[in-house]
Amino acid sequence: MSVDKATVEKIAALARIAISEDEAQRLVPELNNIIGWVEQLGEVDTSNVEPMTAVIPNTLRLREDVVTDGNVRDDVLANAPQAEHGFFAVPKVIE
Amino acid sequence: MEEGQGFDRLSPNGNKAMSNYRIQGATGEWEVVIGLEVHAQVTSNAKLFSGAPTAFGAEPNTQVSLIDAAMPGMLPVPNRECIRQAVRTGMAINAVINKWSRFDRKNYFYADLPQGYQISQLYHPLVGEGVITVQLDEKDPDSEVKEIGVERIHVEQDAGKLMHDQHPTRSYVDLNRSGVALMEIVSRPDMRSPQEAGAYLTKLRSILRYVGSCDGNMDQGSMRADVNVSVRKPGGELGTRTETKNVNSVRFVMQAIEQEAQRQVDVLESGGRIVQETRLFDPDKGETRSMRSKEDAHDYRYFPDPDLLPLVLDDAFLDECRATLPELPDAKRGRYESELGLSAYNAAVLTADADTARWFEALLAESARVQKKGEAEVAKAASNWLISELFGALNRLGKDIEDSPVSPERGAELLGLIGDGTISGSIAKQVLEIMLETGDAPAKIVEEKGLKQTSDTGAIEAEIAKVLEANPDKVADYRGGKDKLFGFFVGQTMKAMQGKANPQVVNELLKKALG
Amino acid sequence: MSELTDLGVKALRDGIRSGEFSARETADAFIAQVAKAKSLNAFLVETPDHAIAAADAADAARAKGDTLAPLAGVPIGMKDLFCTKGVQAAAASHILEDFKPPYESTVSQRLWDAGAGMLGKLNMDQFAMGSSNETSAFGNVVSPWRREGGGNAPLTPGGSSGGSSAAIAARLCPAATGTDTGGSIRQPAAFTGITGIKPTYGRCSRWGVIAFASSLDQAGAMARDVTDCAILLEAMAGFDPKDATSLDAPVPKWEAGLNADLSGKRVGIPKEYRSDGMSPEIEALWQQGIDWAKDAGAEIVEVSLPHTKYALPAYYIIAPAEASSNLARYDGVRYGQRELPDGAGLQDMYAATRAAGFGDEVKRRIMIGTYVLSAGFYDAYYTQAQKVRTLIARDFENAWIECDLLLTPTAPSAAFGLGETTDPLSMYLNDVFTVPSSLAGLPAMSVPGGLDKQGLPLGLQIIGKAMDEQSVLNAGLALEQRAGFTARPEAWW
Ligand SMILES: [Mg+2]
Ligand SMILES: [Zn+2]
Repeated sequence: MSVDKATVEKIAALARIAISEDEAQRLVPELNNIIGWVEQLGEVDTSNVEPMTAVIPNTLRLREDVVTDGNVRDDVLANAPQAEHGFFAVPKVIE
Repeated sequence: MEEGQGFDRLSPNGNKAMSNYRIQGATGEWEVVIGLEVHAQVTSNAKLFSGAPTAFGAEPNTQVSLIDAAMPGMLPVPNRECIRQAVRTGMAINAVINKWSRFDRKNYFYADLPQGYQISQLYHPLVGEGVITVQLDEKDPDSEVKEIGVERIHVEQDAGKLMHDQHPTRSYVDLNRSGVALMEIVSRPDMRSPQEAGAYLTKLRSILRYVGSCDGNMDQGSMRADVNVSVRKPGGELGTRTETKNVNSVRFVMQAIEQEAQRQVDVLESGGRIVQETRLFDPDKGETRSMRSKEDAHDYRYFPDPDLLPLVLDDAFLDECRATLPELPDAKRGRYESELGLSAYNAAVLTADADTARWFEALLAESARVQKKGEAEVAKAASNWLISELFGALNRLGKDIEDSPVSPERGAELLGLIGDGTISGSIAKQVLEIMLETGDAPAKIVEEKGLKQTSDTGAIEAEIAKVLEANPDKVADYRGGKDKLFGFFVGQTMKAMQGKANPQVVNELLKKALG
Repeated sequence: MSELTDLGVKALRDGIRSGEFSARETADAFIAQVAKAKSLNAFLVETPDHAIAAADAADAARAKGDTLAPLAGVPIGMKDLFCTKGVQAAAASHILEDFKPPYESTVSQRLWDAGAGMLGKLNMDQFAMGSSNETSAFGNVVSPWRREGGGNAPLTPGGSSGGSSAAIAARLCPAATGTDTGGSIRQPAAFTGITGIKPTYGRCSRWGVIAFASSLDQAGAMARDVTDCAILLEAMAGFDPKDATSLDAPVPKWEAGLNADLSGKRVGIPKEYRSDGMSPEIEALWQQGIDWAKDAGAEIVEVSLPHTKYALPAYYIIAPAEASSNLARYDGVRYGQRELPDGAGLQDMYAATRAAGFGDEVKRRIMIGTYVLSAGFYDAYYTQAQKVRTLIARDFENAWIECDLLLTPTAPSAAFGLGETTDPLSMYLNDVFTVPSSLAGLPAMSVPGGLDKQGLPLGLQIIGKAMDEQSVLNAGLALEQRAGFTARPEAWW
């Protein structure tokens, strides 16, 4: 699989990272180099192998349905770049 | 999870085309194919992955934990009750419960999604194939019955809320709903008419409310449907579908389908193509429109959430889920008919909603106790009274059964007074009105207002004598063979007794007096 | 008082307990060292008040005759990846600059509960992505070590826990927290002649630790010797209901269980680690380690971990995939830096914020992760990598039939010069020996083995079975006693 500039731009857009033409150009060989290298995994016969789901064999613990949190609006908003009237503010979204 | 997988495969249940709903186009008839993805908020105290509360209508960002706000280093731990309710819901529709399931992340950027991903289940949902039996007209026992396949139920997080109307250049983010547990219930594209979709949604809501896994409050957003619609020539290849998002009432779902199907037929017949897209229903205009803003190449990059291990359910957990399932509407309806001897209509009306059934059963138990009879003996009268008298009154008052000013206990007392002949059915209507207003006990009302039915033969005979005296020609006609006039004399006597005479006694004494 | 800063955790703890010196004297001594060492750029934030408060509390407790907490009055350094209440936690990234968490990570809270004090937040590779500390948004850490006769070329302290390793090696703190995703505790420990242990995945809570790759991230202890690591780790580890992947198991008394006698232990030597290009010095060090293990009573067995060569490529799919999702929350809405160009809409704001806030290596990994998860590629890359990961874990399981521990070099070379490695892929190869055990979630540690011919430290790695940190620590102790590593960088800073 070879990554071209259009793919780099598509990936950057999906990842919400603005990149310039130059950066896109520079990333093409860099990503190709890395992607090409990880593709050696294709050599491994993994038929009948399950993908790992838990690093240390373990299953999910569940918590009880009890309210133990919330009511911490000051903490929630404390680091906000822009908070108004108890909300986070963002540029107007048109839906 | 938003993607409908359901369109690849029709339900294996092999329903015959039961709906005759067709759109008449210039090129002939069109059939509509409908699938619904319903998001139902799981009834729980705390959120799916945090200990923050879920109550509706709080101040912005007060029901938010640092986890819901996706602060750095915060981690999710799932709420047992949310899993349990989804499993019970699955059991209620006879679905496959997957003892091994997993949470996946659905990645996309939006201001109402603090983590930058929604924790959902794509690859291994908690609940697999199930089925919901719907009757096209629940009130009509002879209407069509159809099985609608449910492909899956999975558990996922709700997003926060964006508000656009509070500031000229900014939108505001409220995370109170962020992380609230939802069940996404994905139907197969088994529905063929707006009516079927409406019946499915109504039945699903009824089941959820019986199970107690969702309050079914559509106006508060506890239940909303994504409506997938496509059209085709009857029996032909499936057409391209559109998805109309977040439709929040049964009526709107039916309208949206009607409008969207008609739009698709118009497009196709004028030589156009249907674009697979997301649409929005505008209830004011009663039409759907494209949401182009959401159409930028979606690639959700689902992968298993590495913060969460596989969810493995043991038999004890499943047993508890099953043991706590209530009697469900279909079973209850059958039992009301077979064991209580109720009419199909009464049984259907009383079981359609969990609250109604609960109220009826309380009334029934109390009536049996008060009248020292078996439930089956009092069921008919109780069901008739509830449906024709109390429902009528509540309707006038604009109240739901759970807000009824008359309790089942008081209702049973009233039925008891009818049953033992203390009052007549018509007096009972008056007594109910007073009960609704004052909340007083029926016996007290009857006593204070002197509404007790009398079997005092002396008093009744005296009134009969007056009636006969006042209507000599009618008496002559009756005696001359006009039997029908008997009812006239009964009515006059009852009127003179202000309705309080025991009708049976009146009948007997009249017959004697008229010879 | 400068000799107080030459003492390790155990000596300081015992000295404070016995009254040989006060906790306050100790804190002051380290605070002074930190203040003098700005040129190392090891600390991003200095928090002398925190250290002093813990010291005073320890001294007061002692004066009252109370039993002292396990780390009472011991000042330590905290990697910037840990959220510390009211103190900047930036993961050495501009995007979190000035972020002051209103909460304390479970691991740091455990340390404060154990009586430790914080000297400051330690520099690191940005979001723990890097092996040289050069990806920090706040300038790289410079290793206190220099090559003998190699001029004054600044060297890397390793990464990503390079602030931790440099600070300990330079005696700015007796111990520090680290985190290890693919070797980020062990490689910097090896590069700076100190000791570091990554416990079994799930031993230390990840709650409040800024996430890089959730299925790999694990906090651990860094200090000057094995005993100090055991003491620190004992305070850090433990079940946390707030982390769904936390192990619900009691924390053994590792310090008390230390025993350098390896009789009856079988130490495996994985033949696949002996790559063709291995430097003779690393090979010699490894042989030395084998001899020391034998001397300590261990039986040496050759074992095979056949999928070793696939560990690194699997890691560079899994870790970036998880990172691309974990780092989606840095969007300029709720915290951190926001970049809002004129007239920008929401999505433009995201793209501008993330372009300005993330460093190049972070962006590169987010891009790789986004790519391998994208439509059409998921199975070929991500699923295949997780299957290979299963095979790698299985390799270890098979090895445990024949041995109890594995012994390998920690890194393929000694510390390199800052700016010397510019190709990302060559940088990734630094983790070749540490990544396989990370993928399998196994406990592993690095202990100093000796110096190379340039006078730079080299490390030996011990890998153990899941949950068996004790055996890892014991083997580390056996090697440490035989290595007699006393070299230290000469203060030039
Ligand atoms: Mg949907
Ligand atoms: Zn959904």
